[in-house]
Amino acid sequence: MSSAPVLLEMRNITKEFPGVKALSDVSLRVRAGEIHAICGENGAGKSTLMKVLSGVYPYGSYDGQIVYQGSEVRFGDIRASERAGIVIIHQELALLPLMSITENIFLGNEPKKNGAIDWTGAQLKALDLMARVGLEEDPDTLVKDLGVGKQQLIEIAKAFAKDVKLLILDEPTAALNENDSQHLLDLLRGFRERGITSIIISHKLNEIEAIADSITIIRDGKTVETLDVKADGVDEDRIVRGMVGRELTNRYPDHTPKIGDVFFEVRDWTVRHPISADRLVAKHSNFTVRRGEIVGFAGLMGAGRTELAMSIFGRSYGVFEGGEIFKDGKRIEIRNVSEAIEQGLAYVSEDRKAVGLNLLDDIKTSTVAAKLSKITKFFKLDEVAEYEAAEGYRKSLRIKTPTVDEGVNKLSGGNQQKVVLAKWMFTDPDLLILDEPTRGIDVGAKYEIYGIIQQLADQGKGVIVISSELPELLGLCDRIYTVFEGAITGVIDKADATQENLMKQMTSNKKMQTR
Amino acid sequence: MSRFKDLQKNLFGGTTSNARQFGMIFALVAIVLFFQVWTEGLTLSSGNLIAVVSQYSYILILAIGMLMVIVAGHIDLSVGSVAAFTGIVVAKLMQDHSIHWFLALLIGLGVGALVGAWQGFWVAYVGVPAFIVTLAGMLLFRGANQWVGKSQSIAVPEGFQTIGGGFLDDIGPNTNFNNPTLLLGFAVCVAVIVREWQLRRTRTRMHADPTPLWVAAIRVGVLIAVILFATFRFAGGRVGTSFPISGIILGVLVVAYSFYTRNTAAGRHIYAVGGNSRAAELSGVKLQRVNFMVMMNMGVLAALAGMIFVARSRASGPQDGIGWELDAIAAVFIGGAAVSGGLGTVSGSIVGGLVMAILNNGLILKGIGADSIQMIKGIVLLLAVALDVYNKRQGRFSVIGSITKGFRGSGPSTPSEPPAQKVQTPVVG
Repeated sequence: MSSAPVLLEMRNITKEFPGVKALSDVSLRVRAGEIHAICGENGAGKSTLMKVLSGVYPYGSYDGQIVYQGSEVRFGDIRASERAGIVIIHQELALLPLMSITENIFLGNEPKKNGAIDWTGAQLKALDLMARVGLEEDPDTLVKDLGVGKQQLIEIAKAFAKDVKLLILDEPTAALNENDSQHLLDLLRGFRERGITSIIISHKLNEIEAIADSITIIRDGKTVETLDVKADGVDEDRIVRGMVGRELTNRYPDHTPKIGDVFFEVRDWTVRHPISADRLVAKHSNFTVRRGEIVGFAGLMGAGRTELAMSIFGRSYGVFEGGEIFKDGKRIEIRNVSEAIEQGLAYVSEDRKAVGLNLLDDIKTSTVAAKLSKITKFFKLDEVAEYEAAEGYRKSLRIKTPTVDEGVNKLSGGNQQKVVLAKWMFTDPDLLILDEPTRGIDVGAKYEIYGIIQQLADQGKGVIVISSELPELLGLCDRIYTVFEGAITGVIDKADATQENLMKQMTSNKKMQTR
Repeated sequence: MSRFKDLQKNLFGGTTSNARQFGMIFALVAIVLFFQVWTEGLTLSSGNLIAVVSQYSYILILAIGMLMVIVAGHIDLSVGSVAAFTGIVVAKLMQDHSIHWFLALLIGLGVGALVGAWQGFWVAYVGVPAFIVTLAGMLLFRGANQWVGKSQSIAVPEGFQTIGGGFLDDIGPNTNFNNPTLLLGFAVCVAVIVREWQLRRTRTRMHADPTPLWVAAIRVGVLIAVILFATFRFAGGRVGTSFPISGIILGVLVVAYSFYTRNTAAGRHIYAVGGNSRAAELSGVKLQRVNFMVMMNMGVLAALAGMIFVARSRASGPQDGIGWELDAIAAVFIGGAAVSGGLGTVSGSIVGGLVMAILNNGLILKGIGADSIQMIKGIVLLLAVALDVYNKRQGRFSVIGSITKGFRGSGPSTPSEPPAQKVQTPVVG
């Protein structure tokens, strides 16, 4: 592989924003036909580098040189880089939900015949492109009716419609389940065989280890190193070391659980889908949580873990069909979110930007948002109490911000997640449900969040962690439930749990009981 | 340089959007001074100031309600019709049934609440967009006004006229000024000082950099000078006039609603709903109730505005309130609210409304025709919001800059480690 010619070379790229050097002297060499991964913590400068490459930051707004296919290029905008065959697929998909697959694939690039759009031709070409990415759907299907995995494939098909030579994928598997991720990775391997070069940015190091030929690691806006995966025998720990600049021997903090009695129990919980009335998203689910225990929920995407959690949290998802909740031995009734909060439940959603935070708020307003009654005195919000609460969490959770007056939209993902955690810790919950608490967060911040979760458990609270990353569940949880198609298929103790037996229960509807 | 920044940052309170408010207040002052010069002193004369307040107080009252509606992410097109409908109902009650004017006023507020509840029901519980609900309401209540009043004007009794055209009766010694107005002005001065003192105390308790004393002194000084100037102007008008009653009603509402939106849980819920309704819902905010309440509140305030207008013009007619919704919405947006909801302040909307009022009034004083005035107002609205949009876009880069700066500043290990690492592991190609 190392004998292949260099397709792209970015030399000594420096990009400054007023007052800040986002990139300083970064270099990147990508060989033709390889899969090149870029790794780095959030804020390290990966996205900025890709924006320089794709012309979002036009030539002249940065220092350095980009050499592509042997000659220097100076892209003035995205269209220029796309004409050269460089296509970037962003983490947030840029598809129009109410348009069909065909319309989306050719959006802004419509095949024309005599000045009018040639829809028949487009349709045929779309079918061809869809076959290349392994998407079997009617090209007239509206994008909103497809899952995230398939939407991702449309984005790639869209790239092919533009005659891509260098495909850049920013966190392509962040929102995908195990199967879809696997499919996407296979697809990338297929592209490699056909000579298409890919750059992939991902936090999922196991995927990078499995697929990348070489890896460039960026830290604090500087190139740290470029590794050749095969020659250097790179593994995950090696990548992490490069990213954080030190040996991270243990990705999970040491923890001796102090588990008490069962205090929270859900029996026979059944929920209907909000739209399709014949679909059950939770089927007679039973589970328990003990004080001081971290309970995991494993399952494929769409298995119904989030739906189960949200319906328990004040019936905020779906149509409640039946079931009972017991807390401290007493049956409790939770009909809406404020009752759930009253009863000591907290739910940290999987999508902190869409439903976890009001991005217009500052840190202190966000911190107290779920329990304003706690800082209300005679109908008046006590600003000092608000400030002190937020400041307390800033210190104890180590939220990186100059002041708590800062807007939450200015924080990195990890720090935003800490604010969301603070918001729910402020409600003094007995049971915290954390849905994908470390999604899109870099390694260092993950470690800190794990520490916070363990501290919460040690305070005698129950914690439920929903995660799509099995190693995370294995590293963090004392007990793991598996969910498949809305039904709880089993529960495994930490000592007995392995990726294999979890995966088996996550993918079968056969009820098996390990204990 | 930094002193000027200090001044700019702290002159109008330590709130987050102070740069924007600063710009808005600056614009208001500039417009006032411009017209003061252009009209050769007419703008700031006692008579004119009193006229401006009583002419625009009902629009500003609407703007308060509209601000909350817009912050929650809605819009209300029906306020003019609702105002007119309430006006005619109240006028008719007093004429046909000779109900006491005060009772009629309360009934009017009740009518507004019912109308607001009707619209709130469709918006909050059925989920029809407020634009449609209130567009329907605009037609519905305009028609209802003409149906109730048979498209005629109905006069209202003298007592009722006080809330629109009334003044404070003079009391105490003869000072050549209206004494209640003077007292009112002095009371506001004291309130400003107390408020400033409270603010300083709060900021110290929050360990924030205390506003430099000289800045605080200038701020309070300027404010008090303006208030005293206004006080003597309002108190020194024609005998029998004073600060208008409708202005006092407005003042009370501004203070009350500022407090409500800024300092209460219910007020903050409105911002939460407008900023991200799903996140608000999952934080225990009762979405439907908040939406219902803002629409209902708008109904009540529209009713009040309608009655003040009727009281001022001494009769309720079929053409009342036409186009008010646009004035109120314009005031809110000039005052810095976001079209997408979640942002905006009561005080900003009042300043925005005053900008429009002074502009309108000044142009009328100069004898500019209604046609030209409309065009000028349209341009001003467009430019004010465009400027805001432009500023935001300009600020975007520095926003990104400040994010990364934040990381750097607080990342403890960053400065020393990277070079060491670079030496250790040379870049492999």
